[in-house]
Amino acid sequence: MSLAKDNPALTSSVLYLDGVCVSFDGYKALRGLSLTLEPGEMRAIIGPNGAGKTTMMDVITGKTRPDEGEVYFGGLHELTKLDEPSIAELGVGRKFQKPTVFESHTVEDNILLALKAPRGAFSTLFGKAAADQSERIDRILATTRLTDHRARMAADLSHGQKQWLEIGMLLAQDPKLLLVDEPVAGMTDAETAQTAELLREIAKDHSVVVVEHDMTFVRDLGVKVTVLHEGAVLAEGPLDVVSADPRVIEVYLGR
Amino acid sequence: MQTSFLDKRGRVFLAVLAGAATLVPLLSLATPAGSALHMPAYLVALFGKYLCFALLALSLDLVWGYCGILSLGHGAFFSLGGYAMGMYLMRQIGPRGVYANPILPDFMVFLNWKELPITWWGFNSFSYAMLMVLLVPGVLAFCFGWFAFRSRVTGVYLSIITQAMTYALLLAFFRNDMGFGGNNGLTDFKDLLGFNIQSDGMRAALFSISAIALGVGYLIARAVTVSKFGKVLIAIRDAESRTRFIGYRVETYKLVVFTLSAMMAGVAGALYVPQVGIINPSEFSPANSIEAVIWVAVGGRGTLVGAALGAVLVNFAKTWFTGALPELWLFALGLLFILVTLFLPKGIVGTLNEITIWPRRNPPQASPHATPAE
Amino acid sequence: MRMTRSIGAALGRAMAGLTRKAFTATLAVGLLGAALAPATVRADAGDDVLAKFATDRFPDTEKAIQDLAASGLATGPAMLDALGANQLYFDPASKSIYFTNAAGELIAARTGAKAEGVAQARLRKVRLNNSVRGAMQAAQGALSLMSPDPAKRLSGAESVFKSRDPASLPAVETALKAEKDTKVRRAFEQARAAVIASDKSQDELNRLEALDVIKERGDQDAASLLSTIAAANDGRVKSSAEDGARAIQSRLALWAHVQNIWYGLSLGSVLLLAAIGLAITFGVMGVINMAHGEMVMLGAYTTFVVQEWIRSHNPALFDYSLFIAIPLAFVFTGFIGVIIERCIIRFLYGRPLETLLATFGLSLMLQQAVRSMFGANNREVGAPAFMSGAFDFGPLAITSGRMWIIVFAITVFVGLLALLRLTPFGLRMRAVTQNRRMASAMGVDTNRVDALAFGLGSGIAGIAGVALSQIDNVSPNLGQSYIIDSFMVVVFGGVGNLWGTLVAALSLGVANKFLEPIAGAVLGKILLLVFIILFIQKRPRGLFALKGRSVEA
Repeated sequence: MSLAKDNPALTSSVLYLDGVCVSFDGYKALRGLSLTLEPGEMRAIIGPNGAGKTTMMDVITGKTRPDEGEVYFGGLHELTKLDEPSIAELGVGRKFQKPTVFESHTVEDNILLALKAPRGAFSTLFGKAAADQSERIDRILATTRLTDHRARMAADLSHGQKQWLEIGMLLAQDPKLLLVDEPVAGMTDAETAQTAELLREIAKDHSVVVVEHDMTFVRDLGVKVTVLHEGAVLAEGPLDVVSADPRVIEVYLGR
Repeated sequence: MQTSFLDKRGRVFLAVLAGAATLVPLLSLATPAGSALHMPAYLVALFGKYLCFALLALSLDLVWGYCGILSLGHGAFFSLGGYAMGMYLMRQIGPRGVYANPILPDFMVFLNWKELPITWWGFNSFSYAMLMVLLVPGVLAFCFGWFAFRSRVTGVYLSIITQAMTYALLLAFFRNDMGFGGNNGLTDFKDLLGFNIQSDGMRAALFSISAIALGVGYLIARAVTVSKFGKVLIAIRDAESRTRFIGYRVETYKLVVFTLSAMMAGVAGALYVPQVGIINPSEFSPANSIEAVIWVAVGGRGTLVGAALGAVLVNFAKTWFTGALPELWLFALGLLFILVTLFLPKGIVGTLNEITIWPRRNPPQASPHATPAE
Repeated sequence: MRMTRSIGAALGRAMAGLTRKAFTATLAVGLLGAALAPATVRADAGDDVLAKFATDRFPDTEKAIQDLAASGLATGPAMLDALGANQLYFDPASKSIYFTNAAGELIAARTGAKAEGVAQARLRKVRLNNSVRGAMQAAQGALSLMSPDPAKRLSGAESVFKSRDPASLPAVETALKAEKDTKVRRAFEQARAAVIASDKSQDELNRLEALDVIKERGDQDAASLLSTIAAANDGRVKSSAEDGARAIQSRLALWAHVQNIWYGLSLGSVLLLAAIGLAITFGVMGVINMAHGEMVMLGAYTTFVVQEWIRSHNPALFDYSLFIAIPLAFVFTGFIGVIIERCIIRFLYGRPLETLLATFGLSLMLQQAVRSMFGANNREVGAPAFMSGAFDFGPLAITSGRMWIIVFAITVFVGLLALLRLTPFGLRMRAVTQNRRMASAMGVDTNRVDALAFGLGSGIAGIAGVALSQIDNVSPNLGQSYIIDSFMVVVFGGVGNLWGTLVAALSLGVANKFLEPIAGAVLGKILLLVFIILFIQKRPRGLFALKGRSVEA
């Protein structure tokens, strides 16, 4: 542990995973996963089903405790010791594979709830809204092209709109690191392209980890790629290099 | 879109309560006994009882309708509030009991107890008793919730353990050595704040106080649910782990609303006891708590007004059935459970909402590009 | 069982006859062998014995009682009973002795025949004082040692064992020589040992030997006798008695635990029976069936109806009533379960809280239906012969009913496990449980599986009801008393895991029985509920929880 603190790779990173292992009733979901993300970097994670992508997200956001290994955020916060709300407060935002928005709230309220503001029960019960609150909401609605839908119930949105709303909620949180799980699953080609654009936009001032199956989308993003296989990193590098790696071809792309 | 604090339905509800709180005492006290307008005391007490149930339903709606916590143990908080009030009323009997002991209630003399157990200390003071009406259910809910919510017991598991909680209390209160009157509970009350509890005036006053308590309870619940806190509650109900991932400490929110709700249920119980004249352990029976859930379901959960309405309607039906067709009441109640869950999942008010509110809200959405952003 | 019963009855009849003939039927004694004690009749000596009662002096009366006991006179026991009730008379003139029997008839002590033509006014009561009373009680004990009824001899031996009166030693010795029943014989030996061991005038070696016999007996009485002897003596007798008492006490404490475990297993098997159907519907299918308790209740009422039919149509079948009721209850409640699933539950899949409410409503209706048909009162369900009675297993007292319920619960559990593991239906059910859509895609008719699985859970509740009808009141409220416990068992054991249900039911049963003596029955139950509430909060998925992503979804 003390050694890890002196590790320059750790101290300069926004996210640092080393030797993370997770098992469920004997099934090893992660076996020694190590990964480092630089500030401002966007990284795409690919890998076949069961490679451990979602489990990795669970570990980073505090939903699952690893059996062993280290997870650091911003070079000093040990995420394995914190729960979900604390990690979220530190500035880690997560978008789920299946879009999960608050269906019986309006689009606007969804953004409002995600907006960076005190999260305590008493401040929400008695506190006053921040002065710039509605301005921030408007900006995010504009970015996610949901301005026209602000008064609609989230349940009534289309699938793609829900995905964007969720990304909008992530933006509202203003996290330092975004974890985005399959953002374009179930989207039309046009929506996919727009989403890629949106993420690139976001990546300008945030660190982003994107898990995705869609190769066109990953190519569109044009970022460094990490290939997971059986709970560990198989290959890392630009998509062209990675897709030429025979091991990657064997486990994933080739078959 | 900001929700206004009092919508039309809320204003109508409060107006009806205010009307009842003034009209019922008038009809009961200011009219001669033979008059067609006269309301006999038993009816006043009956309606007062309905209002207490409505407050209980309201408190249940706050946790179930808004936060998705289906408590099958709210009857326990209701009963604890009732016992706190009952203990005050017992101490008020003083030397007028059968055994004429100025300190000890009759059942303690009967059990050969020599001194007042520590749990009964202070209950001769009305303000202390009222504090306990709030604190005892509140503290129990807080402790229970602290354990349950922190370890993320949710859904039916939570329902089952809340049911076990009230069941355990039922067994406990049946025991004589708990010091709460055992099987027979607390009864034979004489007066409240020096006024005869059986008098018409007292009944009318209790009714009005119940109506006011229900109104205040509604205002509190409304204030909670339209606040950002209330929006977080709904978020928890719809997607608990999502709420957690955007940084809300879900267990704290649940704990706050559960404790608040338990205290409201306690107040309902405290008002219920002087109007029915008895509190005994059977009030803790799990069936009572589930019955309260069906009031909320009938009226419409997550609507507050609906919960209160459901409580009154179902209890009115109960009164009618047990008078006219006692054999059939449980059939009717059972059928109500099934039909409401199958065919009226949003309840009466929730269904009305769908019919009346949606069309009005939808038009601007029908042409989303008509209004420019900003 | 039937066989022993009829032998017992024949024995009883034979003995009644023998008493009437005053033991002259030695032939019968030979025939019945070990079961009967021989009784010597010395009719001639009777006169001397009886005469002493007529002197109206306490010391003589006492002597008379002792002689009476030793004489083995047929009317002796009856006379002593009469004496105790102040109903023994003597004729001051003829010195004849009479007594009134239980029917109020005056009997001549000499012959045992009804005394005709005796003026009762002339008779005087034989008086009693404390000393006479003591002698009388000792004599009663001694006399019962000769009784033709083995149970009486046994209780006689017990009273000697407790009184340890040296005066009864000769009677015990005599009885011992003649005794052929091994059980009674052992009791006599123990009685003799008790007398010898506590008699300081006896030879030390004899006493030590006697102590060994007492130690062998090994029950609470033996232990307290040994402590008494240890306190009153010193030397080797004291140390031997002390060792014995200590050894017995610690062994008894151990057996008390074993007995507690047995009671606990018995309670646990009841919990298991009640919960195991729920483990299917709640655990495997994820359906909250609050009407589960009412399925149990319907099973119990099925038993009642079957027994009523048998009583009025074919009483000979009564001992088989449970075997008839089990399949009927299974089919009946299973059928009702299928109907419930088709009409209500299937519209509520994925909405567990609504299912809970709807099935609660259903439970109210079922209760009321049964109340309307059978009344609100408890109904009498009889126990067939094999379910009643008890036997000793070592120092354990085991009731047959409880034992068979344990056996039955285990059988049902194993059967259910086999059904789920080995049959095509079980395979389909597990498939639907794990991945409904995939199973459906593979051609499994998921609707059918749902309905049958719910029917299975309900059917098992029904046969649980047959068993519970044997130990609980059959009333419309029967189910309610089990539903919360059943949920606790399933939740404690871990949802979706039958083994968890088994372990949870048995351990909760045992824990309950161990808490009862410490905290009392009600408080013990409350403590367990509180424990489970805390436990669920510590391990929300129960003892044997599945861990992983899929579970938390």
